[in-house]
Amino acid sequence: MYNQKLIALARMQPGETGMVAQFLGGRGMANRLSALGIRPGKRVTKVSSMLMRGPVTIEVDRVQIAIGFGMANKVIVDLG
Amino acid sequence: MRKILLMGNPNVGKSVIFSRLTGVRVTVSNYPGTTISYTRGFMKVGEEMVEVIDVPGAYTLEPTCEAEKIALQMLDTGDIIINVVNAINLERNLYLTLQLLEKHLPVIVALNLWDDTKHRGIHIDLDKMRRLLGVPVIPTVALTGEGIKELVEAIPQAASPAIPIRSSNERWVAVGNIIDQVQRITHRHHTRLERLEDASVKPLTGGMIALAVLVSAFLLVRLIGESLIGYVFDPLFNNLWAPVVLNLSNLMGGSGFLHDIVVGKVIGGEINFVQSFGLLSSGLYVPFAMVLPYVISFYLVLGLLEDIGYLPRLAILLDTFMHHLGLHGYAIIPTLLGFGCNVPAVLATRILESKRERFIAATLVSIAVPCAALQAMIFGLVGQHGGQYVAIVYGTLFIVWIILGAIFNHTLKGFSPELLIEIPPYRLPAWRAVLQKLWLRIRSFLAEAIPIILGAVVVINILYFLGVFDAIANFTAPVVTSFLGLPKEAITALVIGFLRKDVALGMLAPLALSANQLVVGSVVLAMFFPCIATFVVFLKELGVINMLKSAGVMITVALLTGGILNLIL
Repeated sequence: MYNQKLIALARMQPGETGMVAQFLGGRGMANRLSALGIRPGKRVTKVSSMLMRGPVTIEVDRVQIAIGFGMANKVIVDLG
Repeated sequence: MRKILLMGNPNVGKSVIFSRLTGVRVTVSNYPGTTISYTRGFMKVGEEMVEVIDVPGAYTLEPTCEAEKIALQMLDTGDIIINVVNAINLERNLYLTLQLLEKHLPVIVALNLWDDTKHRGIHIDLDKMRRLLGVPVIPTVALTGEGIKELVEAIPQAASPAIPIRSSNERWVAVGNIIDQVQRITHRHHTRLERLEDASVKPLTGGMIALAVLVSAFLLVRLIGESLIGYVFDPLFNNLWAPVVLNLSNLMGGSGFLHDIVVGKVIGGEINFVQSFGLLSSGLYVPFAMVLPYVISFYLVLGLLEDIGYLPRLAILLDTFMHHLGLHGYAIIPTLLGFGCNVPAVLATRILESKRERFIAATLVSIAVPCAALQAMIFGLVGQHGGQYVAIVYGTLFIVWIILGAIFNHTLKGFSPELLIEIPPYRLPAWRAVLQKLWLRIRSFLAEAIPIILGAVVVINILYFLGVFDAIANFTAPVVTSFLGLPKEAITALVIGFLRKDVALGMLAPLALSANQLVVGSVVLAMFFPCIATFVVFLKELGVINMLKSAGVMITVALLTGGILNLIL
């Protein structure tokens, strides 16, 4: 049985890997993220996050991308 | 002449390939009506001379930012496209490749960073990739030049296969299909360099690395700048040029209106390159021997930091802090550029999304970020009295930068948008590309600064002769003398600051100011108004109303800060 465990990208722990499930933001945000290779179904690994709601760094397809905290809160990842 | 466009995602080594393909005749142009700049040069394909254009990096032809809009528009002007693809991130890069193929222009793919695939455990079947895409695919390592010859030879084979126009989703599926067939990934361990990359974006280690990088960058700029002055430019001027100018001075009778414009005042039987203030003395010495060395060293170090790939990491580290100033971390890039020259810095605020951010960033740069020219003079003049005074100048500017940013953030409507950037891996910089970029920047500094400096010297001499400065000085003297504690004569320098700040600070030299007065003078000069070049760009970029608002802030803040400094020093 496949277990879903949904969590916002911003709340993942460094080193954790998951699959992008959905975006909570609007069309513009989805376009910008997918242009950078972050789309539903992609595997992402969290590298680090800065203190005090700073940007979150993730790795997707061997490329690192930094995402502001607010946006990272709208990217839902499945850790299941 | 046929045009070859170099297109690809940002950070794929496009510029390095460009510098490999083209010769010395390289120019930077602005895309008409915008400030997005692109570089162009020439190369030979067989017997034919063709133009090569380094198009701004784009992830997609469905534009999500200004640079991508321009890339799309430039596409129409091209005859052949060299699509530079990052071999270690095929999927996202091929999305753009398919979009390019849909435009039905001849395309050739340069599969760059090919050497990285080996140690990253990526296996790419080149023959299959060529078949599936229907265009030549040439593996390249731009850094070492590997594959560049093959790339040039393959240009005539650039092809435009018949492929359907797809929707975005269909295109991702098509990319997925290609990837499944050509790419195989085996597991491998983190390299030491990758561990350093990770450490650079973690709060604690990242902070320490940032501090180390910034301190060494600063020391390196000073070391190179001072060495150039001490071993190259000063000896040239003092030993070779000074006797020539002195002879000319004698020929021209040693004084007089024309003499003073051309040679400057002879002080104690000598030419004083800082104070004489003639075209051939200060007019050449200030730009070439005081400012140019620091412009060279600053842009060399900045270029290295850019090409190593450090700057985006700095943006991440500073993002939270910059949000307090109404900006996001990426605004650190125009800010750093400002330490070279405020003009490209104001232009670079284009990378920020909102008008509000651009206003804040451009105003903060104009007020609190002294350009290399001004800094060279600050070190030269204020530094004579001791390093602590230079520290007071920088400390004051830094505090004003923070306080003013915080005030903007609280008073201006709107919010600061979120950071979203790709972080390129650390790479060894390619010397060819670094030096090419350095040369372009130095050339634009010289083209911009020299005419204005020479013009300023003439204008100042004439106005001086006509007594205009005395009139302005008498008129504004109450404020400047009582409030800022500067002598009346310093007003001339402040007025000249509008033309060139380095020249203006040089004008304070003969006034025998105390160290504290020099500090006040430098700070006020740095803050109260941008130089004419920055002013024009600011006006063009942000409009009359924003410029007026910004100018109001500048004058107010400069007078306040100068007054406070005068009180407490």
